[in-house]
Amino acid sequence: MSDTSQLTAETAAPDQRKRGAPRLQVGTYRDLSLIPVIFIVGVVGFIVSPTFLTSDNLLGVLQQCSELSLLVLGEAMILILGRMDLSLESTIGVAPVIAMWLVMPRTGSATYHGIGALPGWTSIPVCLLVGVLVGGFNGFMILKLRVNGFIATLGMLTMLRGLQVGISQGKSIVEVPKSFSYLGGASWLGAPAAIWICLVLFVAGGLALGYLRHGRALYAIGGNKEAARAAGIRVDLVTWTVLAIASLLAAFAGVLYVGHYGAISSTQGQNWIFQVFAATVIGGVSLNGGRGTLFGALTGVVALQLVVNVMTLGGVPPLWDQFLYGAIIIVALIISRFASGEQED
Amino acid sequence: MTDAAAPPAVQAEGIVKRFGATVALDRVGITVAAGDSHALVGRNGAGKSTLVSVLTGLQTPDAGRVTFQGAPAPAPGDTAGWQSKVACVYQKSMVVPQLTVAENLFLNRFAPGRIRWSALRARARDLLAEYGVDVDPTALAGDLTVEQRQFVEIARALSFGARFIILDEPTAQLDAAGIQRLFTKLRELRRQGVAFLFISHHLQEVYDLCDTVTVYRDARHVLTAPVAELGKSELVAAMTGESEQAEAAWHAGRSKDAAAAGAGEEAADAVLRAEQLALDGVFEPVDFAVRPGEVLGLAGATASGNTALGETLVGLRRATGGRTLVRGRTVKPGSVPHALGAGIGYVPEDRHRQGLVPGRSVAENATLSVTDQLGPYGTVLPGRTRQFAQRMIDSLDIKTSGPAQPVSDLSGGNQQKVVIARALAREPSVLVAIRPTAGVDVKSKDALLGVVRGVADRGDAAVIVSDELDDLRVCDRVIALFHGRVIAEFGSGWSDRDLVSAMEGLPAGGDEGVEE
Repeated sequence: MSDTSQLTAETAAPDQRKRGAPRLQVGTYRDLSLIPVIFIVGVVGFIVSPTFLTSDNLLGVLQQCSELSLLVLGEAMILILGRMDLSLESTIGVAPVIAMWLVMPRTGSATYHGIGALPGWTSIPVCLLVGVLVGGFNGFMILKLRVNGFIATLGMLTMLRGLQVGISQGKSIVEVPKSFSYLGGASWLGAPAAIWICLVLFVAGGLALGYLRHGRALYAIGGNKEAARAAGIRVDLVTWTVLAIASLLAAFAGVLYVGHYGAISSTQGQNWIFQVFAATVIGGVSLNGGRGTLFGALTGVVALQLVVNVMTLGGVPPLWDQFLYGAIIIVALIISRFASGEQED
Repeated sequence: MTDAAAPPAVQAEGIVKRFGATVALDRVGITVAAGDSHALVGRNGAGKSTLVSVLTGLQTPDAGRVTFQGAPAPAPGDTAGWQSKVACVYQKSMVVPQLTVAENLFLNRFAPGRIRWSALRARARDLLAEYGVDVDPTALAGDLTVEQRQFVEIARALSFGARFIILDEPTAQLDAAGIQRLFTKLRELRRQGVAFLFISHHLQEVYDLCDTVTVYRDARHVLTAPVAELGKSELVAAMTGESEQAEAAWHAGRSKDAAAAGAGEEAADAVLRAEQLALDGVFEPVDFAVRPGEVLGLAGATASGNTALGETLVGLRRATGGRTLVRGRTVKPGSVPHALGAGIGYVPEDRHRQGLVPGRSVAENATLSVTDQLGPYGTVLPGRTRQFAQRMIDSLDIKTSGPAQPVSDLSGGNQQKVVIARALAREPSVLVAIRPTAGVDVKSKDALLGVVRGVADRGDAAVIVSDELDDLRVCDRVIALFHGRVIAEFGSGWSDRDLVSAMEGLPAGGDEGVEE
């Protein structure tokens, strides 16, 4: 009887006859379910317009994906954890604005005057720091004050947007330090740097969630918080960290966005949260937590942007964009409901 | 009581139910006479739950026939029809906790027109009084005790006109007094002609309450017999399909441990020691030590504080006084990671709530507490996870198609084994198990308790927190708690009567500390 519990890692592997082959189950392929969709959209795009399959067009689509994808990366991690953060779409705007406010000189030829408290090179670190602080404050409200996360981050969404409008006096900020706009505008190896950066971050995130103990902890917490706690996982610490990382990513998305479009617009990121949720959910991440992958979320972003691109090329007027977004979400949700078999209450 | 002329309350014949390739029920039948109290027993996977879903209309059988009082069963989907024939009180609560008892009783069948609250409350009061249920209809359902909630559910079922009620493990979450009250109530109702199908893993309850017993094994009907004519060992043999083995292996180490117990309690070699450990308002300062090779039982009814004491030991709750030591070293209070690091393994009370992450695989669940050992630099390598899990599956004999199977697909006993595997994965110095055999079948129960016993037999220690006598029988020493205080302490020679009365707050005079 006493040998039943000798389970050290160094003893020889038992016979693997029961299941020697790597696991191949339907669940494994759920993450890939959008690949055929993307392919079909590609074929349709090719038929609709010859411009679609040009590298300029595709790179454009991918660059448009890049900023959104960083928010999706953060939101996907939060959803897997079983939480929700709506304020990401405001963080993408307010973090760069606060950074500009701190580094732009009080006087000068620029149309926007900050307080000039910090040198120009600090703009990116300051921007990222603001992101971490926002996420940290979200975590404080959710984990320490134990308020409802949905409403708390909804409040933050509105408050941060208001903060941005207040600080920027409702105007777009056109002149930004060179260091700040470099990443969003640069091109590496023939493609916008932003694309490479996002790709690297997604790969890093995907590996972390798949192969790091703290990454695996996200799934355990999202699946059953109490069980995770009983198993010795520091639930609050992990949650707090993920909230901070997600806001950090949103702030970084702000940096890329500003570089991409050359200015901080006062509506930067406005209403993005709907697209973020749409991409995440059609990418197979469960709103109930504990299920989904970052790769799936990434395919969600790409699929969403490709559909919009094809519609635009097909001559659908932009006035219909909003309708399309909604329709895509509904259709994708219904399809994934039946593809995955996962029912909601 | 059973009138031979009256049609049976329920009769099922030749029921076949398949789920894909799995045959869940293979031409089984059951007949429950009016006013009968009929037990349905079988190991996990025997087909009990499927039969319940067939009898309650949740599943349509692939073949076979169900009749209620001689009339054919309502059509599938005819909820009202089914409700007037049969009701099931599940382990899980089926009341809406935020609504009052009265509203729960009449949910979705209010009188037409606007809801007249005072009339509704009066009707609820009448209904509860009719069945002698002493519950305030204006109370929130969520504030009820498990036992009151079950009474309310039974009353609701009866008010639909059902005269056949299925009780699925009704005593799993009740303390002994609650079980007695439930049994008394059930006997009363039987006199009114209500028939019960009683599903339980607790065989003693079958003998206490039931007239007839039906045994299923591996989706097949094995036997139906009057309880009085069937010995316990025959019953177990019918369930397991093998003749009873020598009274479970877990008694093996007893004599050796009893000898070790003589070594003196204050010896410094105690594996786990609680010094004046207290949690305000839950339990008073308590001292105990668990020596190597010893299993300590913390007995107590639902509100005795024994569960809270267990949760304090493992760091889920922060003690308000005193300290816990493992092998002489103080454990940081209120921190599960520190308790784990100090060598305390934990089998939580409720595997659904605290034990398992339902959507994830067996491997992932089993290795949840050892993710730091599955690869270098904080990585978790899938290959090593699988290997580790496979070893646990083999050593604990977990019935699964492989480490990648979702843990929610396993039977209750095997799920519990996964939880225990995880607790053992870190090779704890002391294993703290809270109600480790709740809701598992007889055979798994022996296996699980054997594993706990094995921890002690290899020189470590274990603590079992439970009110189940079978769990406590494994222990070398039992401390009984009542209302947050230690009320009695027993050596291994306790009698059921003494321990139960101690848990009920009536310490028997002479039996305290037999072997100390």
